[in-house]
Formats: sequence, C-alpha cells, structure tokens
Amino acid sequence: MYGYVIRRLLLAIPVLIGVSILVFAIIRFIPGDPARAIAGVHASPQYVEQVRREMLLDEGLHVQYFVYMSNLVQGDLGRSALTRRPVTVELMERFPNTLILSAAAMVIAITFGMSAGIVSATKRYSLFDNFSMLAALVGVAAPVFWLGIMFQLLFSVRLGWLPSGGIGTWQHVVLPALTLGLATTALIARITRSSMLDVLRQDYITTARSKGLVERVVIYKHSLKNALIPVVTVMGLQFGTLLGGAVLTETVFSWPGIGRLMVDSILNRDYPVVQGAVLLLAVFFVLINLVVDVIYAYLDPRISYGTKEVD
Amino acid sequence: MKKPEREPLKKPEKKVDQISKLPTPKRDTELRQVWRHLKRNRLAMLGMGILLIFLVCAIFAPFLTPYDPIRADFGNTLQDPSSEHRLGTDWLGRDVLARIIFGSRISLAIGLISVSIGLLIGVPIGALSGYYGGKFDLIVQRLIDILIAFPGILLAIVIVTVLGVGVENVMIAVGIASIPIYTRLVRGSVLSVKEQGFVAAAKSLGIGDGRIILRHIMPNCLGPILVQSTFQVATAILWAAGLGFLGLGAQPPDPEWGAMLSRGREYIRTAHFLTTYPGSAILLMVLGFNLLGDGLRDALDPRSRRYR
Repeated sequence: MYGYVIRRLLLAIPVLIGVSILVFAIIRFIPGDPARAIAGVHASPQYVEQVRREMLLDEGLHVQYFVYMSNLVQGDLGRSALTRRPVTVELMERFPNTLILSAAAMVIAITFGMSAGIVSATKRYSLFDNFSMLAALVGVAAPVFWLGIMFQLLFSVRLGWLPSGGIGTWQHVVLPALTLGLATTALIARITRSSMLDVLRQDYITTARSKGLVERVVIYKHSLKNALIPVVTVMGLQFGTLLGGAVLTETVFSWPGIGRLMVDSILNRDYPVVQGAVLLLAVFFVLINLVVDVIYAYLDPRISYGTKEVD
Repeated sequence: MKKPEREPLKKPEKKVDQISKLPTPKRDTELRQVWRHLKRNRLAMLGMGILLIFLVCAIFAPFLTPYDPIRADFGNTLQDPSSEHRLGTDWLGRDVLARIIFGSRISLAIGLISVSIGLLIGVPIGALSGYYGGKFDLIVQRLIDILIAFPGILLAIVIVTVLGVGVENVMIAVGIASIPIYTRLVRGSVLSVKEQGFVAAAKSLGIGDGRIILRHIMPNCLGPILVQSTFQVATAILWAAGLGFLGLGAQPPDPEWGAMLSRGREYIRTAHFLTTYPGSAILLMVLGFNLLGDGLRDALDPRSRRYR
C-alpha cells in the first residue's frame, strides 16, 4: 500500500511540472510585452524595466522558466500588478475561504446525494425515487450562478432568512454551499442509486438475504461499501467541478475566495495573481485526485498495488 | 361437422397477415433499432422536443418576434411581463423574450461549434494514441494528464484569458477544454476494439493502418462518441454561459443568456424576470441535451436499460 502511494505521488510530479509550464506560458502567450503584463497596465516605465531585469525577460524562455521555477519553490509567485502585495499573501488570505466553501458543498452533496441514492435504490419506482431522480436531472442541468441568484431571490430578498452575500457567520455559508453543492448532490444521488441497484442484484446479497439477515444489515453492511466504489471516483472528479463552480459561486455571493480573486484579476489584467490562482487550484485538484486514488484502492480490494495497475 | 373444419383454415391466413406486417430483417438496420429504443424512452423524446423548439427559435428567430433584440427602446424600460412583452423588457427597453429567442442562436452555435472543435482534435489524437500505443501514446497521455489537472471551466477561463474575451474565443476555449475528454474516450474504445478478431483479419489481409482505423475501428467507437458529444454540448453551453456571466464571453449588446443574467442581477429586487427567464432557458436547453444523451446511451447500450 505504501509503495502504491509513493508510486502514485511520483506519477503526479510530471503532471505538476506540466501544470507549472502551462501556467508559466499564460503571460508569455498574451499578446504584447510580458514585462508590461506582469507589471500591470498602469505601472511606470521604470517599474516595467525593473520587472524585465529581475525576471530576465530578455533571456531565452528556458532561462525565464528556470527563474520562475526557482522563485516558485521558494514560495515567491511575484507581486500583484494592482496592489503590489506578494501574490502568495493574496492567495493564502483567500484560499481558506474557498476550502471552507468547497468542503461545505461536498458535505452537503455527500450527505443528501448518498441518502437520496440509497433510498431511491431500495424503494425503486416509488414516489420518492421518481421525484428525487427528476430533481437530480434538473439539478445537473441548472447553471450554478443562476441557482445562486434564485436562492438569493427566495431566501434573502423574499423571505429574508439568510444573507445574500459576504462572509462572517455560519449563515453566510449556507446559500453559497447549497448552490455549489446542488449539482454534485444530484450526480452523487444518480450514481449511488445505479451502483446500489447493481450491487443489490449480486449473488452474495441474495445469499445474505436468504440467511435471514435484516434488510438494514444487508444494505448497510453488505451492499454499501461495494456500491461506494464508483461514488468515490465521481466524488474525486466532482471536486474539480466544485473548484470550477466555486469561481462562479464566489462571484454571485461576493465570497472572498480564490475564484473571485481570479475573476477580478482577469478583468483587471492583474496577470501574476491570475497565474498564482490557476496554479494553486490546479495543484490542489491534482492532490485531491491523488487522495481519491488512495481511498479507491483502500475501498476496492480487487485493485492490486502492483506496477501494472498503476500504469 | 363442416364448421370446425373451416375455422382452422382461417387462422393460418391471419397469422400470415400479421407476419407480413412485420418489418423484414433486411430493413431493420442498427440505426433503426436505436431509433426504436429512443422512441420508447419518454424522457429522451421530451429532451428531443425541447431541443426542437430551441432549434426552431434559432432558425426562425426574426419571424417569431416583432421586436429587435439589440436596439434600445428608452420609452419602455423595465416593463413587467404583459400581453405586449410576454417576459417583460430590460433596462434598455429591449424585449426579454426576443433576446432569449435570438440568444438560442448563440448558445446552440457555441455548443455545437465548440464540440466540433473538441471532436476534430480529440478524436484523431485518441484514435492514434490507442491504436499505435508505445511512446506516442505515453506522451499524449501525459499531456492529457496535464490538461485534466485543470478543472473543466477553469481551463476554458485560462484560455480565454490568453485569447481575449468574445464569443469566438469562448468557442475555441471550450472546444480546447473538451479535447482531453474525447482523447481519453476514443483511446479507451480503440484499445478494446483493436483486440477483436476482425481487426486482426483486416491486418492479415494487408490493409493499411489508416484504412483499418477509419473503416474498421472507428465505426465501432461511434456510439460512445455520439453519447459523449450530446452531453458535451450541454456542458459547453453551461461553461459558455458561465464565461458570459463572468464578463469573459459574449459582450454587450449580444443577447447571450449568461451575459443577460449577469447584467439582470442588478435589478433582482425590482425585475426578477431579467434573471429568472434567461436562466430557465439555459436550464431547459442543457436539460434537453442531457435527456437526449441519457436516452442515446440507453438505446446504444442495452445493459444500461436496466437502470431506468
């Protein structure tokens, strides 16, 4: 198992290097002077020249990448073109907020999605099953930013129950987390249902039932763990969707996270911050996938930790 | 005594009639079988119906509404829905329904063109990667790993940042962001198909690689590609609307649904219809493609029919 984890970690390194090259390339691909792009549209000519010298922008791309990487490993992502503060500081101020939002959304999605999926599978074709699967279809199709606005309209403007934006108390988390988590809830419900139905059809479940076991034991002890395997895979993939959705949700609810910082920076042409935010989200996503792979291997005893399966 | 003798004579005649009404096996192509399954699936038909309505809106937009979706009418700003303006008017007095009808052109175009871009690049790379394997496959897969490290819409945002805002760039960005999905899918399909007997037979006959891929392997991968493309159009529409909402997609005065929503938010307390209806349009179009995709998957894969 440890060998598997280490191998999986080693496999993530080329991906992370690739991500760093792509992020490094963002500024170089933008039409115009990279020094101007890094320094900002309103920077003085002196500052632009200073940036050009510091980052060796007149040298070859490989030299520039080397400078970029050596700064990166020291935690130096440059300075914001807008505030002149270090990008790392800007990101670290915002990142916990994105984490809180994504985690809350995931908790909502797992709790409601899995419960709805299990009940739907055990009470197939019931009113609950039909209703929850219809709701899931709509939940997957609804644009996250529109859902957010509709929740604001209902719960903040009309009913006045919850704040429509900002941060501070637990009430501020409810609407953004619900908004962000709804599509994932819907997807997890659908996957759990079909996966449970598949497992409930297996011979060992028939055996368990014929032994006279209580239905609750059959479902929770014999079916659930096996039914969870595809659900865990989807959860890992969905974390990416959540991070992407966070960009939109944070904008709707004025939630001071990485997503909103990134959008504001794109609109303000503050490219060093854009680079930093993209890099952070991508690295975080790679690490989440790594964790999911390890959980997956733990859940599914059929996965051997040998080299073949890793490839 | 004569009566019972006549009756059994009639029965076989009826049977012959019934059998002759059945379609002959020759005419029952795979496409017909898929269509037959699809026709029986009510949700898929609902999805198709929704998409048909949007398609009619997109093609005949100028004939369906007397209003101009772009020209301002300052005498009619922020009107509530009425018999004259069914879904109300916006801050510039433009008819919301007219803008939604014309907006279906933009959303459908973004969905279909970006998926075409993804298909045109992703499918050949996936097919070659799966067929030849080896170092080429290894390099392609590692590059795809890097692209997949960026969560979907984030990759599209990064590409738009580099290319600049606008509908055309959104199509390119969303198209590029969907390449990894097709490459992975087609590679997987090719890997399973290429091991089958008929491919080995074609090789032993001396047929070239290109012809084997195009004539013998790809036709067997079309099902999953078709299903994925239907879902991908839905995803592309959602991503594009998201980019429009963030101000990175279509620019004013284009009647793009995401951008309409973004601006309409400012009037949420007084004119909620400026956000409710464009959002409902996005939801319906995405739902239409998802329902059709679900139906196609079930029709093409008999195993998944169990789950309905």
